Amino acid sequence: MKQFIALIKKEFYHVIRDKRTLLILVGMPIVQILIFGFALTNEIKQSKIAAVDSSKDQMSQGLLKKIAANPYFDLVYPDLPNDQLEAAFRKGDIKLAVIFPTEFEKKLNTEKAITLQVIADGSDPNTATTLTTYLNAIIQDFSKTNLPRSANRSSDPSQPERQIQVAQKMLYNPQLDSAPQFVPGVMALVLMLICVLMTAVSIVKEKETGTMESLLVAPFKPIGIITAKAVPYFLLSLLNVVTILLLSVFVLHLPVAGSLLLLLAESMLFILTCLLLGILISIKTKSQQAAMLISLMGMLLPTILFSGFMFPIENMPVALQWISNLIPARWFYIIVKNIMIKGLGFVAIWKETCILCGITFVLLLISLKSFKVRLE
Amino acid sequence: MRTLIFLLKKEFRQIRRNKAILLMVMVMPVIQLIILPLAADYEIKNIHLTLVDHDHSTFSTRLAHTITASGYFQLQQYTDQYSVAYRDIEQDKSDLILEIPAGFERNLVREHHQTLFIAVNAINGVKAGLGASYLSSILQRFNQELGAGTINRTPYVASGPKIKLTYSNWYNPHMSYRVFMVPAILSILITMVGGFLSALNIVREKETGTIEQINVTPIKKHLFILGKLIPFWILGNIVFTLGLVVCWVFYGILSLGSLFVLYGFVWIYLLAVLGFGLLISTYSHTQQQAMLIMFFFMMIFILMGGLFTPIESMPHWAQIIARLNPVSYFVKVIRMVMLKGSGWQDILPQTRSIGVMAIVLNLWAVLHYKKVA
Repeated sequence: MKQFIALIKKEFYHVIRDKRTLLILVGMPIVQILIFGFALTNEIKQSKIAAVDSSKDQMSQGLLKKIAANPYFDLVYPDLPNDQLEAAFRKGDIKLAVIFPTEFEKKLNTEKAITLQVIADGSDPNTATTLTTYLNAIIQDFSKTNLPRSANRSSDPSQPERQIQVAQKMLYNPQLDSAPQFVPGVMALVLMLICVLMTAVSIVKEKETGTMESLLVAPFKPIGIITAKAVPYFLLSLLNVVTILLLSVFVLHLPVAGSLLLLLAESMLFILTCLLLGILISIKTKSQQAAMLISLMGMLLPTILFSGFMFPIENMPVALQWISNLIPARWFYIIVKNIMIKGLGFVAIWKETCILCGITFVLLLISLKSFKVRLE
Repeated sequence: MRTLIFLLKKEFRQIRRNKAILLMVMVMPVIQLIILPLAADYEIKNIHLTLVDHDHSTFSTRLAHTITASGYFQLQQYTDQYSVAYRDIEQDKSDLILEIPAGFERNLVREHHQTLFIAVNAINGVKAGLGASYLSSILQRFNQELGAGTINRTPYVASGPKIKLTYSNWYNPHMSYRVFMVPAILSILITMVGGFLSALNIVREKETGTIEQINVTPIKKHLFILGKLIPFWILGNIVFTLGLVVCWVFYGILSLGSLFVLYGFVWIYLLAVLGFGLLISTYSHTQQQAMLIMFFFMMIFILMGGLFTPIESMPHWAQIIARLNPVSYFVKVIRMVMLKGSGWQDILPQTRSIGVMAIVLNLWAVLHYKKVA
């Protein structure tokens, strides 16, 4: 036991002596949670649009004014000549264009139906769909208030229209903010990458500098060496979790609706998983560069994509859904979301917890098996 | 010039000798480019709906039918208890609850007025908003049907003039999200290859001590930096070409715009990214530090590059940060050129910004690199 404590002490010295790295490790999550908590949103606001208004009468101007007043749209070209339309799209100046027919107002009064043409920049399909949906709603609203109603309906008070109205309630996130969706995701992402990266480097570094030999000839069991490596990073990551939680509550005004203790316990489990993953990488690689490239280039994008906080997992092909099951961040994201935002208890997340435990256990087994006590 | 050639020889030899890294740099982006776009599908489909029907009348079943037939929603469960529906939401099985109160049909017929309740799981704000607005528009249509259709005793008379919309979606008529994501993911991968490799490079010489040998030679500072820059620049171009082949073979995406424009931009862009990596490398003492700093910036670059979330929706200060973010330019340009066929004139402002970045970063790296240990 005394030996083990000495070993842990050595690892702590390694971490504390490198002041710069320590500063980055503690500061990075703070900056990132702040930036991403405020800046990330997949809402679509203030999209630049153009109008080709060849009639320029009261009706078309009225409709345009209504569109421009909407927070979703930013009417940058209220009157774009038809031939410059394509250039504007190609430059990426506009996302959508509304094209009025000539003599809009007159046709509205004489013809039964009139067609407005809407062109959207389909290279971004999501924005295109959302914008057309919003535009449709605005125009429907416009035609309701500004157009003469059917003579039959309005003049027949004995037959009032049947109306179904809708009362909406937004659960968990009444303001439709993006933070409740992104903060748990960024938390999983930051923790995962920091833990994996730091531990991945730690063992391989001893190999590269040659100090591994002295560790190996010392009378420790392999498990002792590995555990001692992980302890400082475990504590550091826990510190990160606490700072992230404090920031989310006091700066981003997110709730911790469920049990804080449970959240911390689950975070520890997740940190453990990540540490083991890092250790495994560092056992398997020979140079720091290789370890770093695997843990960053190999894991950054997959973690972002497969954890489910950017892209819904149910949309993925089945094979990829299987792959996403192997990503620990995915389960942690669900756990954090359920505890923090929805305020659910352990009953709701026992399955995810079991899976994380399982992944951790498998990683531990592989690491122990592949840790060699001999140098090659 | 001769010095540069010798330096380049040395660098290339070092890269070639390290087979594992070389393989990783070539293979990892290709594999990721093949797999990841399949995962990056943000189309809002499969909105799951739980229907709570307290009424069980002809109207309520008709309404349920209209909603499920609309194609926007998948009926998760049809129940008559709100608590059951709420559990669906808690377990993420369902995104939306529509509650039809008891007496729905009776009230509608007698009082011509009835309110329905929708509860939306709003953690994903966009999905919630879109789901609610789909449902509202379906209900509106149902309203019209009620007013007009068989239930109403007065015959339907065509209403007054109506504005109809025709939609056309340019550049991506099938509205495939993959077409949108593939070029952007390629741009991220190129950035990572260039950024990580160059950030690790000089600092590695510092760690192993070989930089001292360079320092005592009469090699000029800018030649040294140039010698580090060129090999990775070539490597970056190779990876980019591989990526374009993957786009074509696996996703059938061929650049609409001219390849010259695309490569021209990539050449300048790589200079900027490599310059940034080298700059970090000259500032750090260990590879670990360099990697952490690069990782910090990379996360900001990627998440705020307009790849996943639109830059226009960010708050103003974040948009200013985004303007300093080289990835945001690359993502925009590669989408413009590959998907819309934009030409030189269209991407001129972005090219200029990246060019300025490239010059500033590389000069900074040269100036900051001191030939003392």
